[in-house]
Amino acid sequence: MSEAVNKNRRKYGVMSFADIRHYRLPLAAYVSILHRASGALMFVLLPFVLYLLDKSLTSEISFEYFKGFTSHWFVKLLIVGLVWAYFHHVCAGIRHLLMDVHVGVDKDSGRKSSVIVFAISLPLTVLVALKLFGAF
Amino acid sequence: MANNNIGPKRLVVGAHYGLRDWLAQRATAIVILAYTVILLVTFLASGNFSYEGWAGLFSRQWFKMATFVTFLALLYHAWVGVREIVMDYCAKSVGLRLALYVATILWLIGCAGWAAQIIWRM
Repeated sequence: MSEAVNKNRRKYGVMSFADIRHYRLPLAAYVSILHRASGALMFVLLPFVLYLLDKSLTSEISFEYFKGFTSHWFVKLLIVGLVWAYFHHVCAGIRHLLMDVHVGVDKDSGRKSSVIVFAISLPLTVLVALKLFGAF
Repeated sequence: MANNNIGPKRLVVGAHYGLRDWLAQRATAIVILAYTVILLVTFLASGNFSYEGWAGLFSRQWFKMATFVTFLALLYHAWVGVREIVMDYCAKSVGLRLALYVATILWLIGCAGWAAQIIWRM
């Protein structure tokens, strides 16, 4: 009985940010946390995307401004960040949808599909980054 | 069944609680994905990126509708996702959670208004 009212007892089940150091995360966990982080990034940068769409569509003058604006290295960096976020979010999302219909829910295929998520999203992002920064 | 679900017998917890949002997040994801594929294919097929081609695509009524519907899907999708993040990381303060929910909704509806303006101004 005294144990039940002891308020200092350790609470299990709720993980705090400080606990992250004590865990060795499997690859699927990185896919998961980056799925969340990429979603949050796109949510925060939504007005930036709308600003780009606005400038690109309003008129030929604003289209020229859009081209000048997106030639700045920092804007390019933001776009690359968003492109990565989108690719990762889509790949991890499709992985989620497949798991919803019971495809690849066991431990081994879960790891394999996490590898596939990174193997698709990262090279595609690099490709877009190279194109944006004028490598080809 | 429906009559049992009102008044003091109203069901506020249980296995179906949250199913609608879970399902909506999947459905909206597919809408956004389909739109992205359409946009990418049209963009890549058009060759070099010019104002005429880009604005011409967005001047078509069906594409305006598709863009707006996709934005509404995005709004709902982002709402479910951000609410989940808030529920996870602001578990201790009801007031802070409510404030963040309201801010998220205002942010998304503001963005939807801007999107509508961009789509139908031209």
